[in-house]
Amino acid sequence: MAHWQQSGAIMLSIYLILMLAGIIAAFVLGRRRGAALYDGAGIARADVHSLPIYHGLMTATFAVAPMILALALWTSFAPGLSKSAAISAAPVKEITVEPARRQLEEQALYRDIQLSASLLNQGRPLTRPDLQPAAETYNTSKSRLFWALLLAGGVFGAAGGVFGLRRISVNLRSRNAFENVVLGVLIACSTVAVLTTIGILFSVLYETLQFAARYPFWSFLTGTVWSPSSLTLGALPLFAGTILITLIAISIAGPVGLFAAIYMSEYASQRFRDVAKPILEVLAGIPTVVFGFFAALTVAPLFKGFGDWLDLTLGTNLGVASESALAAGLVMGVMIIPFVSSLSDDVINAVPQSLRDGSYGMGATKSETIKKVVLPAALPGIVSAMMLAVSRAVGETMIVVMAAGLAGNLTWNPLQAVTTITVQIKTLLVGDQEFDSPKTLAAFALGFVLFFFTLALNMVALRIVRKYREQYD
Amino acid sequence: MNVLSQAEFDAPSKGIGMADGESAVTARGVDVYYGDKHAIKDLSVDIPAKSVTAFIGPSGCGKSTFLRCINRMNDTIPSCRVTGSIKLDGRDIYNKALDVVQLRAQIGMVFQKPNPFPKSIFENVAYGPKIHGLASSKAELASMVEKSLRRASLWEEVKDRLDASGTSLSGGQQQRLCIARAIAVSPEVILMDEPCSALDPIATARIEELIDELRQNYTIIIVTHSMQQAARVSQKTAFFHLGTLVEEGPTKTIFTTPRDKRTQDYITGRFG
Amino acid sequence: MTDATFQPAVSGKVDFTSPKAQAHLRKRYAVEKRFKAYGLTAIGFAALFILFLVSDIVIKAVPAFTEHRLTLTLTPTAERVAAGGKTDRDTLMQGDWIAVVRDGVGQFFPQVTNRTQRSKLYNELISIGAGEDIRDTVIADPSLIGKPVRANVLLSDDADLYFKGRMTGRNERNGGGLVGVSGTSDTVSITSGINDFAAELARVRSDLQVAARLAQLEATRLRTALETVVPDRRAALEEQVNRQIGIVADLEKRGRSVGGSETLGDNTASVLVKINGGVIKLTEIGNEKASGTVLIPLKTATEAKAGEWQILTLTTPEASRKLSDQQAAWLDRMKDEGLVSKTVATRIFTSGDSREPELAGILGGLAGSALTMLVTLSLCLPIGVFAAIYLEEFAPKNRLTDLIEVNINNLAAVPSIVFGLLGLAIFLNTFDMPRSSPLVGGLVLALLVLPTIIISARAALRAVPPSIREAALGLGASHQQAVFHHVLPLAMPGILTGTIIGMAHALGETAPLLMIGMVAFILEVPSSVTQSATALPVQIFLWSDLPEQAFQAKTAAAILILLVFLFIMNGAAILLRKRFERRW
Repeated sequence: MAHWQQSGAIMLSIYLILMLAGIIAAFVLGRRRGAALYDGAGIARADVHSLPIYHGLMTATFAVAPMILALALWTSFAPGLSKSAAISAAPVKEITVEPARRQLEEQALYRDIQLSASLLNQGRPLTRPDLQPAAETYNTSKSRLFWALLLAGGVFGAAGGVFGLRRISVNLRSRNAFENVVLGVLIACSTVAVLTTIGILFSVLYETLQFAARYPFWSFLTGTVWSPSSLTLGALPLFAGTILITLIAISIAGPVGLFAAIYMSEYASQRFRDVAKPILEVLAGIPTVVFGFFAALTVAPLFKGFGDWLDLTLGTNLGVASESALAAGLVMGVMIIPFVSSLSDDVINAVPQSLRDGSYGMGATKSETIKKVVLPAALPGIVSAMMLAVSRAVGETMIVVMAAGLAGNLTWNPLQAVTTITVQIKTLLVGDQEFDSPKTLAAFALGFVLFFFTLALNMVALRIVRKYREQYD
Repeated sequence: MNVLSQAEFDAPSKGIGMADGESAVTARGVDVYYGDKHAIKDLSVDIPAKSVTAFIGPSGCGKSTFLRCINRMNDTIPSCRVTGSIKLDGRDIYNKALDVVQLRAQIGMVFQKPNPFPKSIFENVAYGPKIHGLASSKAELASMVEKSLRRASLWEEVKDRLDASGTSLSGGQQQRLCIARAIAVSPEVILMDEPCSALDPIATARIEELIDELRQNYTIIIVTHSMQQAARVSQKTAFFHLGTLVEEGPTKTIFTTPRDKRTQDYITGRFG
Repeated sequence: MTDATFQPAVSGKVDFTSPKAQAHLRKRYAVEKRFKAYGLTAIGFAALFILFLVSDIVIKAVPAFTEHRLTLTLTPTAERVAAGGKTDRDTLMQGDWIAVVRDGVGQFFPQVTNRTQRSKLYNELISIGAGEDIRDTVIADPSLIGKPVRANVLLSDDADLYFKGRMTGRNERNGGGLVGVSGTSDTVSITSGINDFAAELARVRSDLQVAARLAQLEATRLRTALETVVPDRRAALEEQVNRQIGIVADLEKRGRSVGGSETLGDNTASVLVKINGGVIKLTEIGNEKASGTVLIPLKTATEAKAGEWQILTLTTPEASRKLSDQQAAWLDRMKDEGLVSKTVATRIFTSGDSREPELAGILGGLAGSALTMLVTLSLCLPIGVFAAIYLEEFAPKNRLTDLIEVNINNLAAVPSIVFGLLGLAIFLNTFDMPRSSPLVGGLVLALLVLPTIIISARAALRAVPPSIREAALGLGASHQQAVFHHVLPLAMPGILTGTIIGMAHALGETAPLLMIGMVAFILEVPSSVTQSATALPVQIFLWSDLPEQAFQAKTAAAILILLVFLFIMNGAAILLRKRFERRW
């Protein structure tokens, strides 16, 4: 694997250098030819449609397009061709009939061939001498394919460049043509976000279907026992744990964030705002792994220590767990405060001053105006802010990975350790794993639940915000 | 001010009307829609070459809309649709084969608010020649810039600080810079959309003086709110009302003996 | 809006001066005050939390920036370091330098001969990287082979923690009376003329009381468990409870007793006596008399006068710390000999990861982060800006572009771990890209921050007034020329501000990197984007999970460094915004 990548990277760099050279040459030639148009007999400068630079750019485009195409073909087909050539040259072992198994064996064989090939290139002794012919085939195939790429790229690139050059004339609209190319690139860039969504959908959905084929999906959603080691995958304790921690977080971030926003937008002086806003921004800029560290190594022990002290002195029996849901939830709540407050700040500021003036005009105090006029008017916005905050809390990973537990306890006691969806995704996927075992697939199924739950929340929340904005625009 | 307008009235008017001068721009049966809104209704007009034509009328009458049709600036508004024909020197400007970019090089535009690029004065003027490939060397470009600034009578004021930002000039100077920028690409027609509305009276006088000089070389169409200004600078005036062209003719005729009741009401200040 | 009492008073004039109205008004103002206080409290809470968090991390991080080491005279013999008599760089690099160090340390403790003892001294107190300094000195000047050379010897993390006072509380004082010892090795008894050990005895007894309380708690827990236990385990558990109750009673009795003597054990502080050039660990202690085992042999068994011997208390019970009393005695001896010095630790900045806390540094994580950020930036800046330009300037207003817009807003709120799943399923498993590499990490993070950058870039483009666009169009610039020549340069400061904030976000992001395998333990500092690497926040995560206490300080230090980077980036963004903020 590493071998193909290593030498592949070198090949790729050589080809990219070739491409760059082609671009520069085509550009210079095209530009020169474009500039020469001005000197034609009976032609005024204003009659030449496009600037030389656009002729250059367009010629370069003609030259580089076939080279990119060749590269795309090479990257998608060359590894496969080399692989099949190498495997067919390998000594035939007993044929395993079961397809899944055969695939794995083939994969292992291929890896060995690649290793041998790289050892061969370095002139070191092979660990599996029986693979020498296959390794040699592999190396030749690879270098042949690479030469083919260089040749094809060079020839077609040059042909494209010449074609582009010959088109250049006084009336050729190279600027318009190149602007269309640019527009194409712009459109392609703006579809990346859509492709990302499709990629996410495809990956979680596909693996989840695989999972559903191996494990009853209903008992995954409703089972009360989560024990991956024994392949008992009832995710209810995870959902409950996620909800518990989210509830704790929101019950802190909600009121604190909202009151902070109210104070900042309605009461605070400019000078106070200048100090307080950066504080909230600092809080928003702290990476979650830092909060996780703080939760796991400071807050959780603090809670446990306090709980044990209470147990000891007052004779209570709290039995605070060392990875209590309360610690993780509390820290997560603090993390979300700036998120809630900045969203709420926006919606509160969007409430027209005229509404407030109406209330003040009647002799209402500030707090009465806020409670009876501003907040009801901003309610949809605040609700959507809370929904986005919930979605954020549900999807938060590092704090819970570091500070919440691993065991799927089905409990509502915040002093106990619980586990969450994100913790289990991380636990199931990090480390060595086979890709199609039910355990790894379960992680994707959890990802599926997480993605669709947060997506639904976000969509509803964003729609509310949009409606709300339109109302006051 | 008054003296100026008087002199304008008495000046021998050349190229007025379509009978004795050739037309630079001719519009026939132009309709403009913004989505469902019918902004201009069946408008036909001739703009004489090398003279100043003023479009007057109350706000929202469609004069600016029509002005922006002439260099197809309305193309930038997605919901805008134009039908009918507008011709520049006999060529249809809405012809599909025509490159709008080249059209706008021939029909320059000066906007209501001075809008110099936040770049140096030199860069502001040189930008047009650069994108149209009009100069073959740096020296030629520099002389084009100087010529344009001289024509816009700004050269003496800025020749020592061509590297200063265009936005550092005063409002009137900025507007003259915009005019210099427009004439740097040697257009045939210059469209001016209320060019003095953001300026003080002294700066306005300078611009009006400049417009008068420019008409030697360019066809100028000016949209203005001020009837005095129309009277002072233009040879021909067209009165717009509610998207239709009510009346057009030599400026003097429009202001002294308007045929239409609406024109009369407008210039006597009954509405506006 | 106000209270009902004021509303129906249409018939006549409302008397706002009546006592009732006054009282009502006072109440309303009280509510107002309280409401305002809530807001202030909320902000104060956030501020206090930050203060708590940052100071907690700084306090935890401080020890990571210093280290203790020995300065010894070592003799690098040829047979140890110069195999075959060769003194070239490669041979010397392969030399057994740690053995040279051990020879040097061994001189001080000639009595340490048995295997376990040697291991405790050499392997647990001396870092495995301790030979680096002498190695580098000798490589620079090979003629030093066979000669005595002064060199620095790095102590292990535990030894370092002992000197930093983080392993155990340490309390040393001079003995007050004339004291006699019964021997120089093995088990000895000490007798003082006055009640020299009274304070220690009291301390031991209070330790016993604490132990009794903890045992009591455990007993209560066990008894609670008794209620839910399955019947066949009940008997065993009951027995356990009874045993626990016995332990509690014993501890309480010992803790409360007065006079006499007490045995020191697993749940009491350790008391050592330094006398006559040796160290005795006390096993039984009375007010004037104590007995114990010898850790470092005494030179003589003569009497010691007041001030000539010391009592050293290590407050953490031996069973609860990683260094034994024996090891503490050795370390103390080396310190008393003046061999130990404290210096600034720069290794955290200059070395990669290691299993040994004293050798571990963040350079690997830092390089991994830098490479990852390079990939992220080179992808998401052009793509984000181009997408923003298209959507803001060129896109027709239709359902498709509306969909793209909704999609981008939603993508910005998708949990980061889901992007990790995407990277795992698509980049690693479908496209077979190199696992754990900054290339894939950068790709995933680029997709993650792309929506943020698009949104901020669009806002920046929107802020450029349309008059600039019109001016260019009016001159005959094409739409693209207008955008690329005029609008984009003017929007650039805003775009860069958004990009820096997005990159700061990406720099702190951890979860998606875990998914694509950037969590491996990697010694090497990566130098290319296809190599296996880790990133700074992942390094923090990895270290925070390690059991060695010294890693806690390293983790906090790494966090501090990460935060410094983030503050610099955010500061730069704010500066950029302030500097180029333009009012149109």
